[in-house]
Amino acid sequence: MNKLLIGAASAFSGDRQDAAGPVVDSLVASGEPAALIYETLAERTLALAQLERRRDPNAGYDPWLVDIVGPVLKKCLENRITIIGNFGAANPRGAALRLRALASELGIGVPRIAIIEGDDVSGPNHRAALRQGLGAALDEGSIVSANVYQGGDSIADAIKAGAQIVVAGRVSDPALTVGPLLAHFDWKRDDWMRRGKAVMVGHLLECGCQATGGYFADPGYKEVPDIANLGYPIAEVDESGDCVITKPTGTGGLVVPAVVKEQLLYELDDPSAYVTPDAVADITQCTLESVGADRVAMRDVRGTAWPSHLKVLVCHEGGWLAEAEISYAGPRAELRARLAADIVRNRIGSKLKMRVDLIGAMSILADDAGELLAGTAPGGGRDIRLRVSAAHEDRRAADQLNREVMSLYTCGPAGGGGVRTSLKPRLSTTACYLPREMFPTRFEMLD
Amino acid sequence: MATMINVPLYRLAHSRAGDKGDRSNISVIAWRPEFFPTLVEQVTPEAVRAHFAHRRPGTIARFVLPKLHAMNLVIDDVLDGGVNQALNLDSHGKSLSFWLLDMSIAVPTDLLPLLAGESE
Repeated sequence: MNKLLIGAASAFSGDRQDAAGPVVDSLVASGEPAALIYETLAERTLALAQLERRRDPNAGYDPWLVDIVGPVLKKCLENRITIIGNFGAANPRGAALRLRALASELGIGVPRIAIIEGDDVSGPNHRAALRQGLGAALDEGSIVSANVYQGGDSIADAIKAGAQIVVAGRVSDPALTVGPLLAHFDWKRDDWMRRGKAVMVGHLLECGCQATGGYFADPGYKEVPDIANLGYPIAEVDESGDCVITKPTGTGGLVVPAVVKEQLLYELDDPSAYVTPDAVADITQCTLESVGADRVAMRDVRGTAWPSHLKVLVCHEGGWLAEAEISYAGPRAELRARLAADIVRNRIGSKLKMRVDLIGAMSILADDAGELLAGTAPGGGRDIRLRVSAAHEDRRAADQLNREVMSLYTCGPAGGGGVRTSLKPRLSTTACYLPREMFPTRFEMLD
Repeated sequence: MATMINVPLYRLAHSRAGDKGDRSNISVIAWRPEFFPTLVEQVTPEAVRAHFAHRRPGTIARFVLPKLHAMNLVIDDVLDGGVNQALNLDSHGKSLSFWLLDMSIAVPTDLLPLLAGESE
């Protein structure tokens, strides 16, 4: 039966650099047509990349590009495994040029590299559109990035035109999978049922090891074999769009329905309408069945027509986040940590909205407003790390929080130690949906 | 009528949390098909609201997936503004799945031998 194997070698920028090796070995050993995808763009990653590009016009693509693609580039090109990644980030052309240079350094020759265009709408040509979509939420002076989530059709077009590597910026994560499937099977572009299936294959792959036992282990309840050496996922997709999820032999992790179900539902809203640029997928009739060791079949996903509007994500500068910590140990540690928090709160007054965590007693489960902490009687914690945090538009105003925690060394309760402070710029994201006709996408083959 | 006993949800189900803005989605996946009716009956939006009361949730939607013996809980306004604004260390609310799994569920004693893990 005609199949396409798609391996996933990355789930975010900075994912494991040894991920791709076993996946590519497995793809080669199968003898089947195959593609390798890299997902490297979380919501904020692209804005950070845009800031990098402002600093250096040649930068702005994934900083780990060479580390993640380098180890397998030769083997992929020699074995006709198409590489598709959104590692172009804010500078797909820069990434394409770097990959061409890398191929040359490795003595491979010149690969055919395609660049996907049409996602970056941060320029003046699109300002009116952003105004239309966001209204008052658009702060034109502080835009860091603005990108449309594009689908996989241009990726498919590029592969059909002979691209061996496809470099995208912002595309929906599943588009990295939809693209090569559309190209390989030559599905009709309005075959919504198959496109919907392809979207969910992409959804299973886009978080890498989350489909193969990563983010799953819970001692005594959910054991994951050889967990330090997880194999990244491979989808074996057939002509109908159904697939088997598996992983390379000899790697750690496990592929069983429980694992795949967690990933299937991850970051989903209504399971009957998972809206992506390529199709609206419906998993209400979907089944996941174990069909062998580390093999799970996904069937009966359905799809309907793509949405008329595309998501546009705008990133603004979002002020500054200050975080500071100090530890207390031994008798009355929690009481001294609470007293330290009171001192900082008293000194800051109403200048900053401050959150208090007593790490070791009550932290991430509580609320920013501090109601749960205030309503909970002090316990007998003997190893407590006080963390306070606050955000402000102005850097110096936010930094005041850190200075107050520093001063606890000499002015606070007895026995405080291990102060750490951090002051970081924040990004804020705002989304709107605009008619897809406004944002054509195309590929360009690097000369 | 069968005798009932209270156990934590994690003995019947497993879970993963994701986020979109100030909205958390938490899956609840039955360890065995036999547990699914109990989950549908007791892990209701109302019960989830009570369990998350200290985070002041807004709308809670529950999507039931009988073929997967799973449900998807979509909880609004529970992430202190979400990753843009929250001061919480876990601004994505990734840890909330295990808070949910600590919820108390009443099960008939004849299901006890089938539950995951051991009584504590």
